[in-house]
Amino acid sequence: MKKKLNLRKATPWLSAIGLFVLWELVVRIFNIPPYVLPTPSESIIVGWQFHEAIWMHAYHTLYTTLAGFAIAVVFGVVLGALVGSSRAIYDAANPLLVGFNSVPKVALVPVLVMWFGIGTVPAIITAFLISFFPIVVNVATGLATLEPELRDVLRSLGATRRDILIKVGFPRAMPYFFASLKVAITLAFVGSVISETVASNVGVGYLMLSASSKFNMPLVFAGLLVIAVMGIAMYEIFNVIERRSTKWANRGNPTN
Amino acid sequence: MSNSFVELNDVKLRYSEGDDLALETTNMKIDKGEFIAVVGPSGCGKSSLLKLVSGLMPPSEGSVIVDGKEVAGPLKIVGMAFQNPTLLPWRTTLDNVLLPMEIVKPHRHRLRKYRAEYEERARKLLATVGLEGHEDKYPWELSGGMQQRASLCRSLIHEPELLMLDEPFGALDAFTREELWDILQNLWMIKPFTVILVTHDLREAAYLADTIYVMSKRPGKILVERENTLVRPRDQETTFTQPFTDLVHELRSHIRDVRES
Repeated sequence: MKKKLNLRKATPWLSAIGLFVLWELVVRIFNIPPYVLPTPSESIIVGWQFHEAIWMHAYHTLYTTLAGFAIAVVFGVVLGALVGSSRAIYDAANPLLVGFNSVPKVALVPVLVMWFGIGTVPAIITAFLISFFPIVVNVATGLATLEPELRDVLRSLGATRRDILIKVGFPRAMPYFFASLKVAITLAFVGSVISETVASNVGVGYLMLSASSKFNMPLVFAGLLVIAVMGIAMYEIFNVIERRSTKWANRGNPTN
Repeated sequence: MSNSFVELNDVKLRYSEGDDLALETTNMKIDKGEFIAVVGPSGCGKSSLLKLVSGLMPPSEGSVIVDGKEVAGPLKIVGMAFQNPTLLPWRTTLDNVLLPMEIVKPHRHRLRKYRAEYEERARKLLATVGLEGHEDKYPWELSGGMQQRASLCRSLIHEPELLMLDEPFGALDAFTREELWDILQNLWMIKPFTVILVTHDLREAAYLADTIYVMSKRPGKILVERENTLVRPRDQETTFTQPFTDLVHELRSHIRDVRES
Protein backbone atom coordinates (compact mmCIF):
# COMPACT_ATOMS: atom_id res chain seq x y z
CA MET A 1 0.00 0.00 0.00
CA LYS A 2 2.72 2.41 1.08
CA LYS A 3 4.89 1.42 -1.84
CA LYS A 4 2.02 2.10 -4.25
CA LEU A 5 1.51 5.54 -2.74
CA ASN A 6 5.21 6.40 -3.11
CA LEU A 7 5.13 5.31 -6.71
CA ARG A 8 2.10 7.50 -7.35
CA LYS A 9 3.84 10.48 -5.81
CA ALA A 10 6.92 9.85 -7.93
CA THR A 11 5.04 9.45 -11.20
CA PRO A 12 4.83 13.15 -12.16
CA TRP A 13 8.56 13.59 -11.48
CA LEU A 14 9.43 10.50 -13.47
CA SER A 15 7.37 11.64 -16.45
CA ALA A 16 8.97 15.10 -16.35
CA ILE A 17 12.48 13.65 -16.20
CA GLY A 18 11.54 11.21 -18.95
CA LEU A 19 10.47 14.07 -21.21
CA PHE A 20 13.77 15.88 -20.68
CA VAL A 21 15.77 12.73 -21.35
CA LEU A 22 13.82 12.10 -24.56
CA TRP A 23 14.29 15.71 -25.65
CA GLU A 24 18.07 15.53 -24.94
CA LEU A 25 18.37 12.25 -26.88
CA VAL A 26 16.36 13.46 -29.89
CA VAL A 27 18.48 16.61 -30.22
CA ARG A 28 21.75 14.66 -29.91
CA ILE A 29 20.79 11.72 -32.15
CA PHE A 30 19.45 13.89 -34.96
CA ASN A 31 22.17 16.44 -34.45
CA ILE A 32 19.75 19.35 -34.33
CA PRO A 33 21.65 22.68 -34.24
CA PRO A 34 21.16 24.69 -31.00
CA TYR A 35 19.71 27.72 -32.84
CA VAL A 36 16.77 25.50 -33.86
CA LEU A 37 16.28 23.44 -30.72
CA PRO A 38 18.78 23.50 -27.87
CA THR A 39 19.14 20.56 -25.52
CA PRO A 40 17.52 20.89 -22.11
CA SER A 41 20.90 20.55 -20.41
CA GLU A 42 22.27 23.45 -22.42
CA SER A 43 19.17 25.52 -21.65
CA ILE A 44 19.56 24.85 -17.96
CA ILE A 45 23.26 25.69 -18.01
CA VAL A 46 22.63 28.95 -19.87
CA GLY A 47 19.75 29.63 -17.51
CA TRP A 48 22.12 29.30 -14.58
CA GLN A 49 24.68 31.62 -16.22
CA PHE A 50 22.01 34.28 -16.57
CA HIS A 51 20.26 33.41 -13.34
CA GLU A 52 20.43 36.92 -11.90
CA ALA A 53 18.78 38.47 -14.95
CA ILE A 54 16.29 35.64 -15.19
CA TRP A 55 15.42 35.99 -11.52
CA MET A 56 14.76 39.71 -11.92
CA HIS A 57 12.60 39.19 -15.00
CA ALA A 58 10.78 36.18 -13.56
CA TYR A 59 10.03 38.05 -10.37
CA HIS A 60 8.56 40.86 -12.42
CA THR A 61 6.45 38.48 -14.51
CA LEU A 62 5.20 36.76 -11.38
CA TYR A 63 4.26 40.07 -9.82
CA THR A 64 2.47 41.23 -12.98
CA THR A 65 0.64 37.93 -13.31
CA LEU A 66 -0.52 37.87 -9.71
CA ALA A 67 -1.68 41.48 -9.88
CA GLY A 68 -3.76 40.77 -13.00
CA PHE A 69 -5.00 37.54 -11.49
CA ALA A 70 -6.06 39.26 -8.26
CA ILE A 71 -8.12 41.81 -10.20
CA ALA A 72 -9.61 38.95 -12.24
CA VAL A 73 -10.66 37.12 -9.07
CA VAL A 74 -12.45 40.13 -7.60
CA PHE A 75 -14.05 41.11 -10.89
CA GLY A 76 -14.87 37.52 -11.82
CA VAL A 77 -16.58 36.75 -8.51
CA VAL A 78 -18.69 39.91 -8.60
CA LEU A 79 -19.72 39.49 -12.23
CA GLY A 80 -20.21 35.73 -11.79
CA ALA A 81 -22.45 36.34 -8.78
CA LEU A 82 -24.55 38.82 -10.78
CA VAL A 83 -24.78 36.64 -13.86
CA GLY A 84 -25.47 33.48 -11.86
CA SER A 85 -28.18 34.89 -9.64
CA SER A 86 -30.25 36.78 -12.17
CA ARG A 87 -31.71 35.43 -15.36
CA ALA A 88 -32.01 38.93 -16.84
CA ILE A 89 -28.36 39.80 -16.22
CA TYR A 90 -27.36 36.43 -17.62
CA ASP A 91 -29.28 37.07 -20.84
CA ALA A 92 -27.82 40.55 -21.15
CA ALA A 93 -24.22 39.71 -20.30
CA ASN A 94 -23.79 36.30 -21.90
CA PRO A 95 -23.35 37.33 -25.58
CA LEU A 96 -21.03 40.16 -24.57
CA LEU A 97 -18.89 37.86 -22.47
CA VAL A 98 -18.65 35.17 -25.12
CA GLY A 99 -17.84 37.74 -27.78
CA PHE A 100 -15.22 39.38 -25.63
CA ASN A 101 -13.63 36.08 -24.75
CA SER A 102 -13.36 35.24 -28.46
CA VAL A 103 -11.20 38.30 -29.15
CA PRO A 104 -7.53 37.30 -29.08
CA LYS A 105 -6.06 39.26 -26.19
CA VAL A 106 -2.77 39.78 -28.04
CA ALA A 107 -4.75 42.03 -30.38
CA LEU A 108 -5.68 44.25 -27.45
CA VAL A 109 -2.10 44.86 -26.32
CA PRO A 110 -1.45 47.63 -28.90
CA VAL A 111 -4.63 49.34 -27.75
CA LEU A 112 -3.54 49.11 -24.13
CA VAL A 113 -0.12 50.46 -25.05
CA MET A 114 -1.77 53.47 -26.68
CA TRP A 115 -3.67 54.10 -23.45
CA PHE A 116 -1.13 53.22 -20.78
CA GLY A 117 2.27 53.19 -22.50
CA ILE A 118 4.52 50.14 -22.55
CA GLY A 119 5.52 48.19 -19.45
CA THR A 120 3.79 46.82 -16.42
CA VAL A 121 0.29 48.27 -16.71
CA PRO A 122 -0.71 46.74 -20.06
CA ALA A 123 0.77 43.41 -18.88
CA ILE A 124 -1.32 43.43 -15.72
CA ILE A 125 -4.43 44.35 -17.70
CA THR A 126 -3.80 41.64 -20.31
CA ALA A 127 -3.34 39.06 -17.55
CA PHE A 128 -6.62 40.23 -16.02
CA LEU A 129 -8.54 40.24 -19.31
CA ILE A 130 -7.47 36.77 -20.28
CA SER A 131 -8.09 35.15 -16.90
CA PHE A 132 -11.37 36.54 -15.59
CA PHE A 133 -13.62 34.68 -18.03
CA PRO A 134 -13.34 31.16 -16.56
CA ILE A 135 -13.95 32.59 -13.08
CA VAL A 136 -17.14 34.34 -14.19
CA VAL A 137 -18.43 31.25 -15.98
CA ASN A 138 -17.70 28.89 -13.11
CA VAL A 139 -19.06 31.08 -10.33
CA ALA A 140 -22.19 31.73 -12.41
CA THR A 141 -22.62 28.01 -13.13
CA GLY A 142 -22.20 27.13 -9.48
CA LEU A 143 -24.90 29.59 -8.50
CA ALA A 144 -27.30 28.85 -11.34
CA THR A 145 -27.36 25.08 -10.93
CA LEU A 146 -29.01 25.18 -7.51
CA GLU A 147 -31.56 22.35 -7.20
CA PRO A 148 -35.09 23.73 -7.69
CA GLU A 149 -36.37 21.66 -4.77
CA LEU A 150 -33.84 23.22 -2.44
CA ARG A 151 -34.83 26.67 -3.66
CA ASP A 152 -38.48 25.80 -2.93
CA VAL A 153 -37.63 24.58 0.56
CA LEU A 154 -35.83 27.83 1.32
CA ARG A 155 -38.38 30.14 -0.26
CA SER A 156 -41.23 28.50 1.61
CA LEU A 157 -39.36 29.28 4.82
CA GLY A 158 -39.40 32.95 3.87
CA ALA A 159 -35.81 33.13 2.61
CA THR A 160 -34.87 36.23 0.64
CA ARG A 161 -32.71 36.04 -2.47
CA ARG A 162 -29.81 37.17 -0.34
CA ASP A 163 -30.42 34.40 2.20
CA ILE A 164 -30.41 31.80 -0.55
CA LEU A 165 -27.23 33.22 -2.03
CA ILE A 166 -25.36 33.28 1.28
CA LYS A 167 -26.63 30.04 2.82
CA VAL A 168 -26.57 27.88 -0.27
CA GLY A 169 -25.43 29.65 -3.43
CA PHE A 170 -21.93 30.67 -2.43
CA PRO A 171 -20.93 27.55 -0.49
CA ARG A 172 -22.24 25.48 -3.36
CA ALA A 173 -20.27 27.52 -5.91
CA MET A 174 -16.98 27.16 -4.01
CA PRO A 175 -15.72 24.01 -5.79
CA TYR A 176 -16.53 25.61 -9.15
CA PHE A 177 -14.73 28.77 -8.07
CA PHE A 178 -11.57 27.00 -6.98
CA ALA A 179 -11.54 24.85 -10.10
CA SER A 180 -11.63 28.04 -12.16
CA LEU A 181 -8.73 29.57 -10.21
CA LYS A 182 -6.43 26.81 -11.40
CA VAL A 183 -7.34 27.56 -15.00
CA ALA A 184 -7.27 31.31 -14.49
CA ILE A 185 -3.78 31.46 -12.95
CA THR A 186 -2.21 29.62 -15.87
CA LEU A 187 -4.07 31.86 -18.31
CA ALA A 188 -2.87 34.93 -16.40
CA PHE A 189 0.73 33.84 -17.12
CA VAL A 190 -0.14 33.60 -20.80
CA GLY A 191 -1.55 37.12 -20.70
CA SER A 192 1.34 38.79 -18.92
CA VAL A 193 3.99 37.05 -21.03
CA ILE A 194 2.20 37.97 -24.27
CA SER A 195 2.08 41.60 -23.25
CA GLU A 196 5.71 41.58 -22.11
CA THR A 197 6.75 40.10 -25.41
CA VAL A 198 4.91 42.74 -27.42
CA ALA A 199 5.39 45.80 -25.30
CA SER A 200 7.75 45.84 -22.35
CA ASN A 201 11.35 46.29 -21.25
CA VAL A 202 11.12 43.86 -18.43
CA GLY A 203 9.70 40.40 -17.69
CA VAL A 204 10.35 36.91 -18.96
CA GLY A 205 8.48 37.68 -22.18
CA TYR A 206 10.82 40.56 -22.93
CA LEU A 207 13.85 38.47 -21.93
CA MET A 208 12.88 35.76 -24.42
CA LEU A 209 12.21 38.23 -27.19
CA SER A 210 15.57 39.93 -26.75
CA ALA A 211 17.34 36.55 -26.47
CA SER A 212 15.81 35.30 -29.69
CA SER A 213 16.80 38.48 -31.50
CA LYS A 214 20.39 37.55 -30.52
CA PHE A 215 19.87 33.95 -31.66
CA ASN A 216 20.40 32.82 -28.08
CA MET A 217 17.94 29.94 -28.28
CA PRO A 218 19.12 28.21 -25.08
CA LEU A 219 18.21 31.36 -23.16
CA VAL A 220 14.78 31.48 -24.86
CA PHE A 221 14.15 27.93 -23.74
CA ALA A 222 15.44 28.72 -20.25
CA GLY A 223 12.79 31.45 -20.14
CA LEU A 224 10.12 29.01 -21.29
CA LEU A 225 11.15 26.55 -18.59
CA VAL A 226 10.98 29.26 -15.93
CA ILE A 227 7.44 30.19 -17.02
CA ALA A 228 6.42 26.54 -16.98
CA VAL A 229 7.83 26.06 -13.48
CA MET A 230 6.07 29.15 -12.16
CA GLY A 231 2.81 28.01 -13.77
CA ILE A 232 3.04 24.55 -12.22
CA ALA A 233 3.89 26.02 -8.80
CA MET A 234 0.91 28.40 -8.87
CA TYR A 235 -1.42 25.69 -10.14
CA GLU A 236 -0.32 23.40 -7.34
CA ILE A 237 -0.81 26.11 -4.70
CA PHE A 238 -4.40 26.64 -5.81
CA ASN A 239 -4.91 22.92 -6.04
CA VAL A 240 -3.96 22.56 -2.38
CA ILE A 241 -6.16 25.50 -1.35
CA GLU A 242 -9.06 23.96 -3.26
CA ARG A 243 -8.70 20.58 -1.59
CA ARG A 244 -8.42 22.10 1.87
CA SER A 245 -11.41 24.41 1.56
CA THR A 246 -13.89 22.19 -0.26
CA LYS A 247 -13.21 18.78 1.23
CA TRP A 248 -16.91 17.93 1.05
CA ALA A 249 -16.93 18.11 -2.73
CA ASN A 250 -14.07 15.59 -3.08
CA ARG A 251 -15.37 12.99 -0.69
CA GLY A 252 -14.01 9.54 -1.14
CA ASN A 253 -12.00 10.61 -4.16
CA PRO A 254 -8.83 8.51 -4.24
CA THR A 255 -6.74 11.31 -5.77
CA ASN A 256 -6.81 13.09 -2.43
CA MET B 1 -65.83 32.47 7.24
CA SER B 2 -65.29 28.77 7.12
CA ASN B 3 -63.00 27.23 9.68
CA SER B 4 -60.78 25.33 7.26
CA PHE B 5 -57.06 26.09 7.32
CA VAL B 6 -56.34 25.63 3.63
CA GLU B 7 -58.92 26.38 0.96
CA LEU B 8 -58.70 26.10 -2.80
CA ASN B 9 -61.57 27.87 -4.54
CA ASP B 10 -62.08 27.08 -8.23
CA VAL B 11 -58.34 27.01 -8.77
CA LYS B 12 -57.05 26.50 -12.31
CA LEU B 13 -53.43 26.43 -13.34
CA ARG B 14 -51.59 26.96 -16.59
CA TYR B 15 -47.80 26.92 -16.58
CA SER B 16 -47.74 29.77 -19.03
CA GLU B 17 -50.19 31.91 -20.96
CA GLY B 18 -51.89 29.96 -23.76
CA ASP B 19 -50.80 26.57 -22.44
CA ASP B 20 -53.28 23.78 -21.80
CA LEU B 21 -54.57 23.55 -18.28
CA ALA B 22 -52.29 21.66 -15.90
CA LEU B 23 -54.89 21.75 -13.19
CA GLU B 24 -58.62 21.80 -13.92
CA THR B 25 -61.05 23.57 -11.58
CA THR B 26 -60.01 22.34 -8.16
CA ASN B 27 -61.73 22.83 -4.83
CA MET B 28 -60.31 21.63 -1.55
CA LYS B 29 -60.86 22.32 2.11
CA ILE B 30 -58.31 21.14 4.62
CA ASP B 31 -58.84 21.55 8.35
CA LYS B 32 -56.17 22.66 10.74
CA GLY B 33 -54.22 19.64 11.90
CA GLU B 34 -55.67 17.43 9.18
CA PHE B 35 -53.46 14.93 7.38
CA ILE B 36 -54.43 14.64 3.74
CA ALA B 37 -52.93 12.65 0.91
CA VAL B 38 -53.18 13.30 -2.81
CA VAL B 39 -52.79 10.28 -5.07
CA GLY B 40 -52.93 10.05 -8.83
CA PRO B 41 -51.00 9.01 -11.93
CA SER B 42 -47.67 10.69 -12.53
CA GLY B 43 -47.77 14.03 -14.30
CA CYS B 44 -51.25 14.82 -13.03
CA GLY B 45 -50.25 18.03 -11.32
CA LYS B 46 -49.92 16.70 -7.78
CA SER B 47 -46.69 18.58 -7.20
CA SER B 48 -48.16 21.74 -8.72
CA LEU B 49 -50.85 21.53 -6.08
CA LEU B 50 -48.17 21.78 -3.40
CA LYS B 51 -46.59 24.76 -5.11
CA LEU B 52 -49.97 26.49 -5.32
CA VAL B 53 -50.72 26.00 -1.65
CA SER B 54 -47.25 27.10 -0.54
CA GLY B 55 -47.45 30.18 -2.74
CA LEU B 56 -44.45 29.26 -4.88
CA MET B 57 -46.68 29.40 -7.94
CA PRO B 58 -49.74 31.65 -8.35
CA PRO B 59 -52.99 30.09 -9.62
CA SER B 60 -54.06 31.16 -13.11
CA GLU B 61 -57.63 31.46 -11.90
CA GLY B 62 -59.37 31.12 -8.55
CA SER B 63 -57.89 31.68 -5.14
CA VAL B 64 -55.86 29.84 -2.54
CA ILE B 65 -56.54 30.76 1.06
CA VAL B 66 -54.34 29.68 3.94
CA ASP B 67 -55.11 30.60 7.53
CA GLY B 68 -57.80 33.05 6.44
CA LYS B 69 -55.56 35.01 4.07
CA GLU B 70 -55.29 34.80 0.32
CA VAL B 71 -51.90 33.47 -0.72
CA ALA B 72 -49.99 36.09 -2.70
CA GLY B 73 -46.38 34.95 -2.38
CA PRO B 74 -44.37 32.19 -0.76
CA LEU B 75 -45.77 31.40 2.67
CA LYS B 76 -43.30 31.57 5.51
CA ILE B 77 -44.72 28.86 7.72
CA VAL B 78 -44.18 25.85 5.54
CA GLY B 79 -41.98 22.82 5.98
CA MET B 80 -41.14 20.84 2.85
CA ALA B 81 -39.56 17.52 2.06
CA PHE B 82 -39.07 15.88 -1.31
CA GLN B 83 -38.11 12.51 -2.69
CA ASN B 84 -34.59 13.88 -3.04
CA PRO B 85 -33.34 14.76 0.47
CA THR B 86 -31.52 17.91 -0.81
CA LEU B 87 -29.27 18.14 2.24
CA LEU B 88 -26.35 20.55 1.98
CA PRO B 89 -23.19 18.45 1.61
CA TRP B 90 -20.94 20.96 3.39
CA ARG B 91 -23.02 20.91 6.57
CA THR B 92 -23.24 18.24 9.23
CA THR B 93 -26.58 16.58 9.84
CA LEU B 94 -27.17 18.82 12.84
CA ASP B 95 -26.38 22.00 10.90
CA ASN B 96 -28.59 20.83 8.04
CA VAL B 97 -31.49 20.39 10.41
CA LEU B 98 -30.84 23.84 11.89
CA LEU B 99 -30.92 25.54 8.47
CA PRO B 100 -34.58 26.67 8.75
CA MET B 101 -33.73 28.31 12.07
CA GLU B 102 -31.25 30.55 10.25
CA ILE B 103 -34.03 31.73 7.95
CA VAL B 104 -37.39 31.65 9.69
CA LYS B 105 -38.35 34.63 11.83
CA PRO B 106 -38.11 35.09 14.76
CA HIS B 107 -35.64 32.23 15.14
CA ARG B 108 -33.02 33.71 12.82
CA HIS B 109 -32.50 36.63 15.22
CA ARG B 110 -32.38 34.42 18.29
CA LEU B 111 -30.22 31.63 16.95
CA ARG B 112 -26.86 33.12 17.87
CA LYS B 113 -27.84 33.82 21.44
CA TYR B 114 -29.78 30.64 22.13
CA ARG B 115 -27.69 28.33 19.97
CA ALA B 116 -27.44 25.67 22.67
CA GLU B 117 -31.21 25.46 23.11
CA TYR B 118 -31.78 25.18 19.39
CA GLU B 119 -29.15 22.49 19.06
CA GLU B 120 -30.79 20.61 21.89
CA ARG B 121 -34.10 20.80 20.08
CA ALA B 122 -32.53 19.53 16.85
CA ARG B 123 -30.80 16.69 18.67
CA LYS B 124 -34.07 15.64 20.28
CA LEU B 125 -35.85 15.67 16.94
CA LEU B 126 -33.03 13.68 15.32
CA ALA B 127 -33.27 11.16 18.16
CA THR B 128 -36.99 10.64 17.53
CA VAL B 129 -36.28 9.63 13.94
CA GLY B 130 -33.48 7.32 15.03
CA LEU B 131 -30.50 9.46 14.09
CA GLU B 132 -28.97 9.72 17.55
CA GLY B 133 -25.19 9.63 17.27
CA HIS B 134 -25.18 10.77 13.64
CA GLU B 135 -25.54 14.48 14.34
CA ASP B 136 -21.98 15.37 13.38
CA LYS B 137 -21.78 13.24 10.27
CA TYR B 138 -21.96 14.71 6.81
CA PRO B 139 -24.81 13.74 4.47
CA TRP B 140 -22.65 11.51 2.30
CA GLU B 141 -21.77 9.46 5.36
CA LEU B 142 -25.46 8.61 5.79
CA SER B 143 -27.52 6.05 3.92
CA GLY B 144 -30.41 7.19 1.70
CA GLY B 145 -32.94 6.38 4.42
CA MET B 146 -30.94 8.28 7.04
CA GLN B 147 -30.66 11.29 4.73
CA GLN B 148 -34.42 11.24 4.25
CA ARG B 149 -34.91 11.13 8.03
CA ALA B 150 -32.66 14.17 8.38
CA SER B 151 -34.59 15.90 5.61
CA LEU B 152 -37.82 15.21 7.48
CA CYS B 153 -36.28 16.73 10.62
CA ARG B 154 -35.26 19.79 8.63
CA SER B 155 -38.84 20.23 7.47
CA LEU B 156 -40.17 20.00 11.04
CA ILE B 157 -37.59 21.76 13.20
CA HIS B 158 -39.32 25.14 13.08
CA GLU B 159 -42.65 23.50 13.96
CA PRO B 160 -44.39 24.56 10.76
CA GLU B 161 -48.14 24.85 10.72
CA LEU B 162 -48.17 23.34 7.27
CA LEU B 163 -46.03 20.42 6.10
CA MET B 164 -45.73 19.62 2.40
CA LEU B 165 -44.42 16.20 1.48
CA ASP B 166 -43.76 15.38 -2.16
CA GLU B 167 -43.22 11.62 -2.36
CA PRO B 168 -40.74 11.83 0.49
CA PHE B 169 -40.39 8.08 0.90
CA GLY B 170 -40.49 7.19 -2.79
CA ALA B 171 -36.85 6.25 -3.12
CA LEU B 172 -36.58 4.16 0.03
CA ASP B 173 -36.74 0.43 0.55
CA ALA B 174 -40.05 -0.94 1.85
CA PHE B 175 -38.88 -1.52 5.44
CA THR B 176 -37.38 1.93 5.87
CA ARG B 177 -40.42 3.46 4.25
CA GLU B 178 -42.85 1.81 6.66
CA GLU B 179 -40.66 2.68 9.62
CA LEU B 180 -40.76 6.33 8.54
CA TRP B 181 -44.54 6.18 8.21
CA ASP B 182 -44.66 5.32 11.91
CA ILE B 183 -42.21 8.04 12.82
CA LEU B 184 -44.17 10.65 10.89
CA GLN B 185 -47.47 9.46 12.37
CA ASN B 186 -46.01 9.67 15.88
CA LEU B 187 -44.67 13.16 15.41
CA TRP B 188 -47.98 14.25 13.98
CA MET B 189 -50.01 12.66 16.79
CA ILE B 190 -47.91 14.28 19.52
CA LYS B 191 -48.49 17.74 18.11
CA PRO B 192 -50.78 17.81 15.08
CA PHE B 193 -49.86 20.05 12.16
CA THR B 194 -51.54 20.22 8.79
CA VAL B 195 -49.98 17.84 6.27
CA ILE B 196 -50.37 17.60 2.52
CA LEU B 197 -48.73 14.41 1.31
CA VAL B 198 -48.35 13.77 -2.40
CA THR B 199 -47.70 10.14 -3.20
CA HIS B 200 -48.37 7.39 -5.69
CA ASP B 201 -48.16 4.74 -3.00
CA LEU B 202 -51.77 3.93 -2.13
CA ARG B 203 -50.83 1.99 0.99
CA GLU B 204 -48.89 5.00 2.20
CA ALA B 205 -51.94 7.23 1.70
CA ALA B 206 -54.20 4.73 3.46
CA TYR B 207 -51.74 4.36 6.35
CA LEU B 208 -51.17 8.04 7.01
CA ALA B 209 -54.01 10.24 5.81
CA ASP B 210 -57.34 11.33 7.29
CA THR B 211 -58.61 12.25 3.86
CA ILE B 212 -57.42 10.92 0.52
CA TYR B 213 -57.90 12.79 -2.74
CA VAL B 214 -57.67 10.91 -6.02
CA MET B 215 -56.64 13.02 -8.99
CA SER B 216 -57.29 12.43 -12.68
CA LYS B 217 -54.56 12.45 -15.28
CA ARG B 218 -53.64 15.72 -16.91
CA PRO B 219 -55.32 18.18 -16.75
CA GLY B 220 -55.42 17.25 -13.08
CA LYS B 221 -58.77 17.28 -11.34
CA ILE B 222 -59.91 15.89 -8.03
CA LEU B 223 -62.21 12.96 -8.78
CA VAL B 224 -62.72 11.40 -5.39
CA GLU B 225 -62.47 12.64 -1.86
CA ARG B 226 -62.34 9.69 0.52
CA GLU B 227 -62.48 9.88 4.30
CA ASN B 228 -60.17 7.44 6.04
CA THR B 229 -61.55 6.57 9.44
CA LEU B 230 -59.14 3.79 10.38
CA VAL B 231 -58.28 4.05 14.08
CA ARG B 232 -54.99 5.71 15.04
CA PRO B 233 -52.29 4.97 15.80
CA ARG B 234 -52.17 2.70 12.80
CA ASP B 235 -49.43 0.10 12.82
CA GLN B 236 -48.15 -2.89 10.88
CA GLU B 237 -51.13 -4.98 11.98
CA THR B 238 -53.52 -2.39 10.56
CA THR B 239 -52.15 -2.99 7.10
CA PHE B 240 -53.30 -6.61 7.22
CA THR B 241 -56.87 -5.85 8.35
CA GLN B 242 -59.85 -6.03 6.03
CA PRO B 243 -60.82 -2.33 6.19
CA PHE B 244 -57.27 -1.32 5.20
CA THR B 245 -57.04 -3.65 2.23
CA ASP B 246 -60.57 -2.68 1.18
CA LEU B 247 -59.54 0.97 1.21
CA VAL B 248 -56.43 0.26 -0.84
CA HIS B 249 -58.50 -1.76 -3.31
CA GLU B 250 -61.02 1.00 -3.62
CA LEU B 251 -58.30 3.57 -4.30
CA ARG B 252 -56.68 1.21 -6.77
CA SER B 253 -59.92 0.87 -8.73
CA HIS B 254 -60.29 4.66 -8.89
CA ILE B 255 -56.77 4.94 -10.26
CA ARG B 256 -57.50 2.19 -12.79
CA ASP B 257 -60.57 4.12 -13.99
CA VAL B 258 -58.46 7.24 -14.31
CA ARG B 259 -55.84 5.47 -16.38
CA GLU B 260 -58.35 3.87 -18.69
CA SER B 261 -60.50 6.97 -19.21
